[in-house]
Amino acid sequence: MSFASHDSATKISAGSAISAEEIAASGATAEPDVATYALYLGDDALMLAQRLGWWIARAPELEEDIALSNIALDQLGHARFLLTYAGTAWGKTEDDLAYFRDEEEFRSCRLVEQENGDFGQTIARQLIFSYYQHELFRRLVDSNDATLSAIADKALKEVQYHQDHAAQWVLRLGIGTPESHERMQKGLYYLWPYVDELFHDDDLTRDLSERGIAVLPSSLRADFDRRIAELLAEAELEVPDLPGAWGGDRSGEFSEHRGHILAEMQVLARQHPGATW
Amino acid sequence: MTTATTLRPADVDAARVWDVAARVPDPEIPVLSIADLGILRAARVEADGTAVVVITPTYSGCPAMGTITEDVGHALRADGYQNARVELVLQPAWTTDWITEEGRRRLEEYGIAPPSGASAVRQGPVLMGLSVKCPRCHSLNTRELTRFGSTACKALYSCRDCLEPFDYFKVH
Repeated sequence: MSFASHDSATKISAGSAISAEEIAASGATAEPDVATYALYLGDDALMLAQRLGWWIARAPELEEDIALSNIALDQLGHARFLLTYAGTAWGKTEDDLAYFRDEEEFRSCRLVEQENGDFGQTIARQLIFSYYQHELFRRLVDSNDATLSAIADKALKEVQYHQDHAAQWVLRLGIGTPESHERMQKGLYYLWPYVDELFHDDDLTRDLSERGIAVLPSSLRADFDRRIAELLAEAELEVPDLPGAWGGDRSGEFSEHRGHILAEMQVLARQHPGATW
Repeated sequence: MTTATTLRPADVDAARVWDVAARVPDPEIPVLSIADLGILRAARVEADGTAVVVITPTYSGCPAMGTITEDVGHALRADGYQNARVELVLQPAWTTDWITEEGRRRLEEYGIAPPSGASAVRQGPVLMGLSVKCPRCHSLNTRELTRFGSTACKALYSCRDCLEPFDYFKVH
């Protein structure tokens, strides 16, 4: 019997399911560089899922508990696909990568590690990240790498819901009351220094994008800026004009928050190795 | 259209595997089979006699996929296949356009409003849907309470006429 374990998404194949030959040929294994790129994207999704999960039972209304937890679940799904794929390069499972790496081995950006703050700050973070993800996946669908292309194709539709949800709240809070307007604006100011890192090119992304595998992060910036500016104008909010925070180049340098996130996320797996639900 | 009817393999042995898998119900919506939902994508028998069934997730984080994988395995073993394997594919990405007519009818009978239109024709930056019909009293006078509902694939609506809340299967 070779069923994929019920608690692991490890049996992923890419490509069209219409042709048996294509499926048979898709014992996809990532080369180390592609695996590291998958970690960039997968770790972002994992950290954000963990952050959003905190809101369950704490959001301003029940519907928002459900919305934020649904968004977290989607992000966790993306993380599982991406980490599973990354793991094929090193003979590791999604769980090995999520629970048994240390702070400096993660490749997530600082934006997704920032604290939830108040609801305005959480929505600001969601807006920035969803708009970035939308631009990213829209292009990654055309990747030469069949697995990355398939993951992007799947994720894109879900991210459309996420960005729409964030945008609706930005409009509601921006035009709402003086209090909601101020908090929404503060959330954007607080997080804006972490925006640059999303669009930072490094040797890895430059090389992989030249080979048609990755999307060059800087190439997403113009569309992101334009769409954010349109939305914030409609919400009567300012686009912050702030310099980017120091560091943040995906090299493994991490924000002060990462360790706290991992402590909570990894404690069970490390105290009880092999535990399953 | 790549619906269940056009996907069922022409090869007799593969079709038999397909038919076994096609009877497996969705764990969260037991009135529907995975074929009705468009989750079942392909079936084949390999040279060594292994039965292979290919499924696709509705949403990336869908927790039902694990259960479906196991259920398909059990169904194949019960039907006499010694070796069986379930594969997950992501592309082409699942869409509600693959839900069969029969599936849509049963969804409504079960109290879940089926998708109100085709995913293929939805365009533009704002997610717009057609009117959603209340599965209880069939009124079109309904409103969205929250786009995110009890599962990833559903939104929560309420009917202004009979006042009941109901789940709506989002166009996706």
